[in-house]
Amino acid sequence: MDAFSQLLNGFAVALTPINLLWCLVGTTLGTAIGVLPGLGPALTIALLLPITFKIEPTAAFILFAGIYYGAMYGGSTTSILLNTPGESATIVTALEGNKMARNGRAGAALATAAIGSFVAGTIGTLGITFLAPVVVDWALRFGTADYFSLMIFAFVTVSAVLGSSAVRGLATLFFGIWLGLIGVDLQTGQARFTFGLAELLDGINVVVVAVGLFAVGETLYVASRYRLGKDEIVPLSGSLWMTAEEWKRSWKPWLRGAAIGFPIGAMPAGGAEIPTFLSYYIEKKLSSKPQEFGRGAIEGVAGPEAANNASAAGVLVPMLTLGLPTSATAAIMLSAFQSYGINPGPLLLQSQPQLVWGLIASLFIGNVMLLVLNLPLIAIWVKLLQIPAPLLYAGILVFATIGTYGITQSPVDLILLYLIGGAGYLMRRYDFPVAPVIIGMILGPLAEQNFRQAMTISAGDWTVFFTRPLSATILALAALALFGPKLYQLAMRPKPDHVPGDA
Amino acid sequence: MTMTSGSPESPAAPRRPAIGETLIGAGVLALAVVMFWQTMSIPVSPIYAKVGPIVVPMMTAAALGILGVLLLIDAWQGGWQSEEEKAVRPDHAALLWILAGLVLNVTLTGPAGFTIASVIVFVCVARGFGSNAIARDALIGAAFALIAYFGFATTLGINIGSGPLESAIERVLGIEGG
Repeated sequence: MDAFSQLLNGFAVALTPINLLWCLVGTTLGTAIGVLPGLGPALTIALLLPITFKIEPTAAFILFAGIYYGAMYGGSTTSILLNTPGESATIVTALEGNKMARNGRAGAALATAAIGSFVAGTIGTLGITFLAPVVVDWALRFGTADYFSLMIFAFVTVSAVLGSSAVRGLATLFFGIWLGLIGVDLQTGQARFTFGLAELLDGINVVVVAVGLFAVGETLYVASRYRLGKDEIVPLSGSLWMTAEEWKRSWKPWLRGAAIGFPIGAMPAGGAEIPTFLSYYIEKKLSSKPQEFGRGAIEGVAGPEAANNASAAGVLVPMLTLGLPTSATAAIMLSAFQSYGINPGPLLLQSQPQLVWGLIASLFIGNVMLLVLNLPLIAIWVKLLQIPAPLLYAGILVFATIGTYGITQSPVDLILLYLIGGAGYLMRRYDFPVAPVIIGMILGPLAEQNFRQAMTISAGDWTVFFTRPLSATILALAALALFGPKLYQLAMRPKPDHVPGDA
Repeated sequence: MTMTSGSPESPAAPRRPAIGETLIGAGVLALAVVMFWQTMSIPVSPIYAKVGPIVVPMMTAAALGILGVLLLIDAWQGGWQSEEEKAVRPDHAALLWILAGLVLNVTLTGPAGFTIASVIVFVCVARGFGSNAIARDALIGAAFALIAYFGFATTLGINIGSGPLESAIERVLGIEGG
């Protein structure tokens, strides 16, 4: 099979000592930031973007992908032991996982999460291997008008499906698009929204926005409610070896979780929230012991954790094949591609086979590393949880400042960082999703470019987006996605919320 | 088209406009107006009149304007914050400590150098999170900032705001300041 031989070449790239080292650094760092509350993969990769000036693209993306996968593994440890889900995708893991830990079965919960992540991550990566070439074949037929419509579709789904309200999601999306528009228009050379500041002519750096939202905004939000209650760390308890019964109860949820997570992640809608909730709901329905749900049912950890990791793998499909990021982390990876002058899209697999297949192979290797890092070495990561919050968040803010100020040494960037941090605080406090800001900022200028090209080709005829069958279909789907989720949420949302109270 | 998932707070009583949400909605609307006004000031060459540099900014401003109005409608119908979030009184003292740290950082990074400015942020944020051990925090912050400073300088080749402290250490260590 063609994909298979390509993958073997990828392993030849990924297995060089230097790339193995980058993979190890990435997975270790990823696990660490996944474990630490307040830090996430989008923020970490944003802070590391300057590294793209120093190392070759393959190494950089192996590092970033390791961080991306590692954070998923680390996040489950925090959810299980601390009951403070760092990301919305791990809320479900905390539901049952933390109950298990309180019942003295932390070891089994961590084990089923890590092994499930490994199984689903590997299945998801296999999914990328075989799906990516298929999507590319199909995407090569896309014209600029179709691309524009596809981006509109992604805009609608990431903002309307991911959050709790389409209005608030779209508001942050357009805020992000506006941030992306700031600077000189590359086609005409006109300055837009620069308010006469020379520093803004080159546009706002995505690092400033990502760090402002995810580090400064998050720190402010946590500080504003920190004294209200302290989370206690549940000590590591129980054997890390799962019993035969626990294996028996875990393996089907792993596979089902992977089967739910990967396709949803790979759709140009993305998001890990829906697959994890869906997996939880299905496991509860199928369980032979539904009464255990809410009190520490292992299926409720195994399924959603697998779904989470498989959907994380799925998100890489539209990112690599269409240049379409559907999560904040993928959007920042896209900006790393841009910083190398590489355009992700259907041609990427042909023009950069070393990079793409090396990256995919490193995901397989990274999954193995992560299994080792997160099971035998789990005690090390538990220590990280004991860092006192004052020092942790003080460190995060200092690092955020370095990462931002270091790029340009411009006080304007620092002021922007803090202003965006303030906006991020308000978004958290008033339940606005943050990821659409980053996606809008990265994808907005690309959408504008496609829009203008399509309009130029059609000699200014607006109907081009509706007369091309592909474009029209995608736009119709976008309209459906904008109004459909309301019904979908009504069916889905309340159920996991009810469960813990059922006891 | 009100897509609010507004929390059903005491369904019997008429819902009161929520102040916070109203301000947010007004802010979004104000941003749209500023964007519109800024877009009008972009000169358009006749060659690009069809899809020039202002078409997408105009659409963005219009979209934000509509969303701002929808948010205001939601806000007047009682807002959308969950009961749980509404019940939380933000710890203003903590926020003020952090804010003070950030403002001092912006003003001091230039004149005093990165490390000193970082130590101040570190201490202020730790204080905001309830730490009282100022001396300990300052020491940890200084160690952290110096490691970060020299780490960035050597691995990424970035020189971040050197000041008197950094120059002194570089002189002692015999490293040339970038």
